[in-house]
Amino acid sequence: MSVLVVIEHDRDQLADASLEALAFAADVAAQLGVDVEALLIGVDAVSLADECAAHGASTVHHVADASLTDYGPDAYGGAVASAAGVLSPSAIVASGSDRGNEVLAYAAAELDLPFVANCLAVKTADDWEMTRVQWGGSLNEEARLASSMPILSVASHAAEVAEPVTGATATVQTLEVTLPESATATMIQDRIVLSEGVTLATAPVVVGGGRGVGSAEGFEVLEALAAKLGGIVGCSRAVTNNGWRPHADQVGQTGTRIAPQLYIACGISGAIQHWVGAKAAKKILAINTDPAANMVVKADYAVIGDLFDVLPAITDIT
Amino acid sequence: MRVLVCVKRVPAPGAKINITEDGQSVDATNLGHTMSPHEECALELAVQLIEAHGGESHVLTLGTAEADEQCRWAASIGISKATLVDAGSMDWDPQRTASAITDSIRSIEEADGGFDVMIFGNESADTGGFQVGVRVSRALGRPMVNAIKGVEVDLEADGKGATLEARRETDNGFEVYQLPMPCAIGVKEGITWPRYPTMRGRLASKKLAVDVAVSDAVPGGQMKVRLNRPEEKVSETVILGHGSEAAPAVVELLKELGLMS
Ligand SMILES: Cc1cc2nc3c(=O)[nH]c(=O)nc-3n(C[C@H](O)[C@H](O)[C@H](O)COP(=O)(O)OP(=O)(O)OC[C@H]3O[C@@H](n4cnc5c(N)ncnc54)[C@H](O)[C@@H]3O)c2cc1C
Repeated sequence: MSVLVVIEHDRDQLADASLEALAFAADVAAQLGVDVEALLIGVDAVSLADECAAHGASTVHHVADASLTDYGPDAYGGAVASAAGVLSPSAIVASGSDRGNEVLAYAAAELDLPFVANCLAVKTADDWEMTRVQWGGSLNEEARLASSMPILSVASHAAEVAEPVTGATATVQTLEVTLPESATATMIQDRIVLSEGVTLATAPVVVGGGRGVGSAEGFEVLEALAAKLGGIVGCSRAVTNNGWRPHADQVGQTGTRIAPQLYIACGISGAIQHWVGAKAAKKILAINTDPAANMVVKADYAVIGDLFDVLPAITDIT
Repeated sequence: MRVLVCVKRVPAPGAKINITEDGQSVDATNLGHTMSPHEECALELAVQLIEAHGGESHVLTLGTAEADEQCRWAASIGISKATLVDAGSMDWDPQRTASAITDSIRSIEEADGGFDVMIFGNESADTGGFQVGVRVSRALGRPMVNAIKGVEVDLEADGKGATLEARRETDNGFEVYQLPMPCAIGVKEGITWPRYPTMRGRLASKKLAVDVAVSDAVPGGQMKVRLNRPEEKVSETVILGHGSEAAPAVVELLKELGLMS
């Protein structure tokens, strides 16, 4: 018996979220008194086996089916379901990412079992109890699960990645799986690269603007400061709704989750749906005319005032 | 072509989400209701696909009888038909929800013909189960990809039959899927820019005949016990100053954080 972790990777580049899934699985496995094992899907993905071992996987099951050179949710979900049939794990775990949730949904549908998305903590018992994310992180749900094989994804940042064990090598076992005939229909056919470099999700500084910026042109003062700090401009939904910025710039529940060293939130009131996308920032500086704005109250630092006075004054002396 | 959109009615909370005393739901006293922005964009996409290719759009929702409001909203921006699966609750688990929606789609398709495209929101605004669309699509034997932020429909893709090109955002661009139709997608906010209802749309929506269905779908394995507000770190906000006079203090902070030298 084991807790089986579905490793997310993109053409053999390990996704960081997989390390969180391995760490989370280690806790579940310890409660059950079983090992953590990893499932690597894709011919060349076996190159990630030792990294999985360094993060706690005792055995790595490698699905080397030649048709699995790239990602496809049906193929991956089918591989997971098929692996579950062969290995009979105590539970299946993956990261709560676009792909992780999609693959587990496919696998759960195939196995006709429940799937609990974005868990924060798990207590194993006859009926498992879990804490999971609702409202994009604004609320937590205590849930109970009745399932012969719990399938769950791990909410982002729910587990701390353990220090890798140096020199760990995995026991690799090749696993034959049967894939659904439909699998080819949902395989990635092409990729379009638009930009390399700093993105909203990875920028060290994000300068965010809200309704208080007032217009598309108003964002020039934010762009100027972001440029000086090597940062990037983000915004609230009020801004994208008004068509002042593209949706790709939106921070929040239905936008991007950011985690910069510093988030400078200008003219943003701090609605809960915006806050859940910004709260992983190490430090938050709010600039707002309203000292009672939620953003100001929750921020580490604040400047009370009109962003069109404050921002140029900062940019001038940086 | 025929396009289906599945939406979920949820409370529209403000700066904070309050929970009822019994911990069972969001306290919706004094709150309006809405749907996820993902689903608003899904409705807009359906209307655009029908404008471009002709045909009929249909909205389907599962929840309480009040979800009639979301059906009428959909009609006000141009969706032509509506089905409400009255579950008497907003709390059906994902398996039960998917099974009820699957049944309902089967009976709509029997009466009106198959859907070429089914559109779901990437995840619901409240419970965020990330699976109903996939379960429904699997049950109906149609390919489905989630997290889609761009589509193009080609009804005569050179001999391959009708194809839907779906794009998913990545760190540096897009990955592209080519789904043979009929198919399903889960979409994210930003895929379209929802229009506002016109006066004519609003009037038409009042006349919409919402088809109410019931379901005998059985509960699945996931059960809600209660809701909690996550612990927030409470920190005193350090006020660096007022107006432009605060600039030097901000620069000090930037230096302290190692963000400028
Ligand atoms: C299901 C759902 C999902 C959502 N997802 C998101 C999401 O992903 N991201 C998101 O952002 N929102 C999201 N929202 C919307 C959210 O609830 C808020 O409506 C939105 O965040 C408000 O944006 P805002 O703070 O810019 O605007 P407002 O709330 O209008 O705030 C404007 C702020 O600007 C200040 N201000 C005005 N003028 C100035 C000035 N000159 N200088 C300084 N300050 C000034 C005001 O004091 C005020 O605090 C979602 C909503 C729902 C229901």
